[in-house]
Amino acid sequence: MAAAMPLALFVLQLLGPGGWCLAEPQRDSLREELVITPLPSGDVAATFQFRTRWDSELQREGVSHYRLFPKALGQLISKYSLRELHLSFTQGFWRTRYWGPPFLQAPSGAELWVWFQDTVTNVDKSWKELSNVLSGIFCASLNFIDSTNTVTPTASFKPLGLANDTDHYFLRYAVLPREVVCTENLTPWKKLLPCSSKAGLSVLLKADRLFHTSYHSQAVHIRPVCRNARCTSISWELRQTLSVVFDAFITGQGKKDWSLFRMFSRTLTEPCPLASESRVYVDITNYNQDNETLEVNPPPTTTYQDVILGTRKTYAIYDLLDTATINNSRNLNIQLKWKRPAENGYIHYQPAQDRLQPHLLEMLIQLPANSVTKVSIQFERALLKWTEYTPDPNHGFYVSPSVLSALVPSMVAAKPVDWEESPLFNSLFPVSDGSNYFVRLYTEPLLVNLPTPDFSMPYNVICLTCTVVAVCYGSFYNLLTRTFHIEEPRTGGLAKRLANLIRRIRGVPLL
Amino acid sequence: MGLLSDPVRRRALARLVLRLNAPLCVLSYLAGIAWFLALAFPPLTQRTYMSENAMGSTMVEEQFAGGDRARAFARDFAAHRRKSGALPVAWLERTMRSVGLEVYTQSFSRKLPFPDETHERYMVSGTNVYGILRAPRAASTESLVLTVPCGSDSTNSQAVGLLLALAAHFRGQIYWAKDIIFLVTEYDLLGTEAWLEAYHDVNVTGMQSSPLQGRAGAIQAAVALELSSDMVTSLDVAVEGLNGQLPNLDLLNLFQTFCQKGGLLCTLQGKLQPQDWTSLDGPLQGLQMLLLMVLRQASGRPHGSHGLFLRYRVEALTLRGINSFRQYKYDLVAVGKALEGMFRKLNHLLERLHQSFFLYLLPALSRFVSIGLYMPAAGFLLLVLGLKALELWMQLHEAGVGLEEPRGSPGPSAQGVGLASLVAPLLISQAMGLALYVLPVLGQHVAAQHFPVAEAEAVVLTLLAIYAAGLALPHNTHRVVSTQAPDRGWMALKLVALIYLALQLGCIALTNFSLGFLLAATMVPTAALAKPHGSRTLYAALLVLTSPAATLFGSLFLWRELQEAPLSLAEGWQLFLAALAQGVLEHHTYGALLFPLLSLGLYPCWLLFWNVLFWK
Repeated sequence: MAAAMPLALFVLQLLGPGGWCLAEPQRDSLREELVITPLPSGDVAATFQFRTRWDSELQREGVSHYRLFPKALGQLISKYSLRELHLSFTQGFWRTRYWGPPFLQAPSGAELWVWFQDTVTNVDKSWKELSNVLSGIFCASLNFIDSTNTVTPTASFKPLGLANDTDHYFLRYAVLPREVVCTENLTPWKKLLPCSSKAGLSVLLKADRLFHTSYHSQAVHIRPVCRNARCTSISWELRQTLSVVFDAFITGQGKKDWSLFRMFSRTLTEPCPLASESRVYVDITNYNQDNETLEVNPPPTTTYQDVILGTRKTYAIYDLLDTATINNSRNLNIQLKWKRPAENGYIHYQPAQDRLQPHLLEMLIQLPANSVTKVSIQFERALLKWTEYTPDPNHGFYVSPSVLSALVPSMVAAKPVDWEESPLFNSLFPVSDGSNYFVRLYTEPLLVNLPTPDFSMPYNVICLTCTVVAVCYGSFYNLLTRTFHIEEPRTGGLAKRLANLIRRIRGVPLL
Repeated sequence: MGLLSDPVRRRALARLVLRLNAPLCVLSYLAGIAWFLALAFPPLTQRTYMSENAMGSTMVEEQFAGGDRARAFARDFAAHRRKSGALPVAWLERTMRSVGLEVYTQSFSRKLPFPDETHERYMVSGTNVYGILRAPRAASTESLVLTVPCGSDSTNSQAVGLLLALAAHFRGQIYWAKDIIFLVTEYDLLGTEAWLEAYHDVNVTGMQSSPLQGRAGAIQAAVALELSSDMVTSLDVAVEGLNGQLPNLDLLNLFQTFCQKGGLLCTLQGKLQPQDWTSLDGPLQGLQMLLLMVLRQASGRPHGSHGLFLRYRVEALTLRGINSFRQYKYDLVAVGKALEGMFRKLNHLLERLHQSFFLYLLPALSRFVSIGLYMPAAGFLLLVLGLKALELWMQLHEAGVGLEEPRGSPGPSAQGVGLASLVAPLLISQAMGLALYVLPVLGQHVAAQHFPVAEAEAVVLTLLAIYAAGLALPHNTHRVVSTQAPDRGWMALKLVALIYLALQLGCIALTNFSLGFLLAATMVPTAALAKPHGSRTLYAALLVLTSPAATLFGSLFLWRELQEAPLSLAEGWQLFLAALAQGVLEHHTYGALLFPLLSLGLYPCWLLFWNVLFWK
C-alpha cells in the first residue's frame, strides 16, 4: 500500500493540471476577429479585435494565476484600483469623407483615459503613477502626462462598462498629440496577446506592413462587464484593437484588387489554439459605384447581415476554427477583386497575316443594363499590291459584319419542355434551362475606302517617276557630292616624265 | 547636267543668269499673269463631259409631283419655328416619322472662341434631326445625304418643305440601292460640323455632341439645299468648300445635266453662263467668273454646308434657289424634279465619284480648266523667285571667293558668320507670327477689360496691332545682328526668305491653286525687288501694299467689283474687319487653314523681306 501511495500520487500529479481544467469550467476566453472593409476611395481598412474575458474579480481576490489575461495589465488593475482604462496610439487621421465612418475612433497621437474605483483616495497620484507604468509597458512617452495636459471631462466621457455611479472626480483624460507610433509600441502590444504573433490572426501583424499604411491605430480597452445575463457578478474584459488603412496607390500600385498577402505579406495558416472564436469578416456590401461588384475568393461559407453605423451591410465570414476553411490549401489568402462588368470576360485576338488570314477579335463581355457599349478598332489604310485591287476599287472594301451572341435572361421563366416535342421554330438553339434564351445579332457590313491609285495611267506614272528619279536625282546627287577642279592639260607622256626625273637629279629646271 | 558640271559652260550660264536676270524675271512674271488671264479662252478651257459611266448613259424619268405638299410642309415648319423660336425638333421628328423614315436626333453644343458678330452667336447648343430612308435589300453600307442647314433666322423653310416632300416621294419608290439620309441641321454649318464629326466618330474642333444612334454606311455624295421662297427664278450652285477643296467635277456635271433637261436656269457665282465662246465677249465674261471662283476658293471658307462634307471625302455641292426680278419663274416641282433626278443617278453609282477631275477652275458652268493647264501660271510666277535666288546665290558665292578664283568653296568662317546673322531675324519674325496666331484669341478678355471694346473687336484689333507691330521689328533686330560684311548679311537673309517664300507658295499652289496664285501674284514682285538701297520709302510702300493683309483688303474690293456691287472705302474697311474675325473664327470652328497659314507661314516670311529692306 505504501508502494501504491506514491504511485497514486504520481499519477495524480501527472493528471493534475489536465484534470483541473476538465473539472472546472474555463474562467477566461479569447475571441479574435478581423474585419476587412473596402473603402469607397479604393483603399482597404483592416480592423483587428482581440477580446479576452476573465470571469474573476481582480480587486477583491489576490489573483496570482493568469492564463490568457496579461499579467502586466491584471496587476495594474488591482494595484491602482482601476475601473476602466482606455489607451490608444494612432498615427494618421481617419478621413471620414473618403473612408466613411470608422469602427473605432481615436485621435491622432496617444490618448489615455481612466476611470478609477471610488476607493481611490488620491486620484491624481494614482493617475501619475499609472501613466508612468503604462509608459514603461508600451514604450511610449506617456510619462509626459501631468497636470498641464490632464483634464476631467464631465459630459463627454462616460464609462463604457458596468458602472454604478459616474462621479467624474474619478475620471482622468489626457492626449499627447505629438506621440509618434512605431514598432516599439506595437511589439509590447502584441506581447499582450495570448498567442502573441505566433498563430491565429496575429500572424498578420507584421510591423513593416502595418506601418506602411496611411492610417494606423492601436488601442487597449479594459472594462468590467456583466458575467451573466442577470449581472450578478462582474467579469473583466480586455480588448486589444488595431485598425490600419492600406493605401491603394502606395501598397496596391494603384490597383484596387487586394489579398491578405498583398496587405500583410502573410497568409493565415492556423487559428490560435487558445481562441474560442477566430473569424475574418469581409465587407461585401454592394456599393454599386461605377457598376463595380466586389468578388471575394475563396467564396465564403456564410455571410452576416446587419445594420452597422446606419447602413445595411453584408459581410462574408471565414471561420478559422472551421477546419474546412484552412485545410483545403493549408493557408487562407482572402482575395478581393473589383469587377467592372464591362471589363471582365475574355478577349481573344488573332492578328492577321498579310494575305493569309484576317484579324479575329472575340470578346466576352458582360453588359450592364441600360448601357451603351462601344467597341472601336483602330486601323491604318494601306496600299495594296496593284494586282490585288478589285475591278471597282473606288467602291471600297467590305469588312464583314460583327457577330453578337448573347444569352439573355428571360423575363418569364419558361417551363422546361421536351426538345423533340417543341415546335421547330423554337428548337434550333439548344437552351440549357428556361431562365434565359439565346440571341445572335449581326451588324451591318462596313465599307472602307482604301487609298486607290489612278489606274487610268499607271504606265505614264511609272515612266515619269522613273525618269525623274533617274535623271534629276542622280545628276543632282552627283553635282552636290563632287568637287570640280580645273586641271592643266598634261602634254607628253612617259618620255617627258623620265626626262624630268633626269633633270631633277641633275638639278636642271624641269621641262 | 553636263552643262552644269563643265566649269567653263557653267560660268557662261552663270554670267547669262546674272546679266539677264532682271529681264528674265519681268518676262517670267508677265508670262505667268498672261497665262492666267488666258485660261478663260477656248484653247485652254474645255467643255465639261460626264466621265462616270454609271451616271452618264442611264435614263431617268422624274416623277416628283409634290409641290403642294412641299409648300404645306414649309408653311407648317415656318409656323412651328416661329412659335418655338428654334428648330421645331418634335414636329420634324413627327413629320419625318409620318412619311416613313427612321428618325434620330443629335444634340450638340459649342462655345465659340469669341462672339461671332456676323451671325450673332457665342454659346451655341442645338439639335440636328435626321431621318434615314433604308434602301430595300441593301445592308446600309452606302448612303446619300440631302441636307438643309437652318440658321437662326427663318430662312430655308421651303428647303425643309421640299426635303420632306422629296422624302415622302422617295419612300414610295422601290429602286433605292443606297440609304438616303435627310438631314436638317440647326445653326447651319455648326450643326453640320457636329453631325459629320459624330457620324465619322472623330472630334477635330472641340464640338460637344451626343453620339449618333443611326448610321447608314459610307456617304457617297451629299447635296445641300437652300431655298427661301416658293418660286425661284434660278438655281445657283456653289462648289468651293473648306480650304478650297472642290467636289468631283462629275457631280457638277450631273447638276448641269438636269438643269438642261428640266430647262432650269442655272448659275455659277450668281452669274449666267456666257453663250458665245467664239467672239471675245464670252471669254471675257468667263474670265470674270474665273476670277470670282479664284477669290472664293482662295478664301478657304466653306461656301455652303456642302463644304464641310468634302473633308470626309464626300462629294457634295450646295444648291441655292434665287428669287430675283426675272419674268419666268419655276415652282418647287421643277427644283424637286432636278433633285430627284440627281439622287436617282447617284443611286446608280457603283463606285464613289472618282472618274472626273478633283482640281479644276470653272470659267462657266459648262467649261472647265484642268490642273495641267492652270499650273504653269503659278509656275511662271514662282520661277521669278527661283531666278532671283539663283542670282543672289551667285553673288554671294563670288563675294566670298573673289571673281578671279571661281573654283573652291567659300571659307567656312565667312559662311558661318553669314548664317549666324540670319538666326535672329528668322526667329524674331517666326515668333511674331506665333504671337499673331496665338495672342488675339488668348488675350481677348484682357483686351476687353482694359479697353472699351467687345471681345470680337478686341480680337480683330489685337490682330491688327500685332501685325503692325511687326513692322517695327527691323529697328530692333539690327542691334542684335552684328556682321562684318553688311552686304552679305542682307543678301543671305533675302536668299533664305526667297527660298522660304517659294517653298510655301509652291506647296499652297499645289493644294489650293487660287490662294497660291493670288499670293504669288501680289508678293512675288516686291519680294524680288526688296533691297536696302535706293528709294526705301517707295519700296516700303510697295511692300506694305502687297503684304498678306493688304492682299485680303484688295481682294474684298475686287470681289465686290466683279459682283458689280462696288464698295466704298469705309464699307470696305468694315468688311475687312469682319473678314478677319470670320477667318479666325472659321479656323477654330471648322478647321479652316487660311488663318494659321497666313499668320504662321506667310506673315513671318513677309517680315523677312521687310527686314531686308531696312537692313543696316
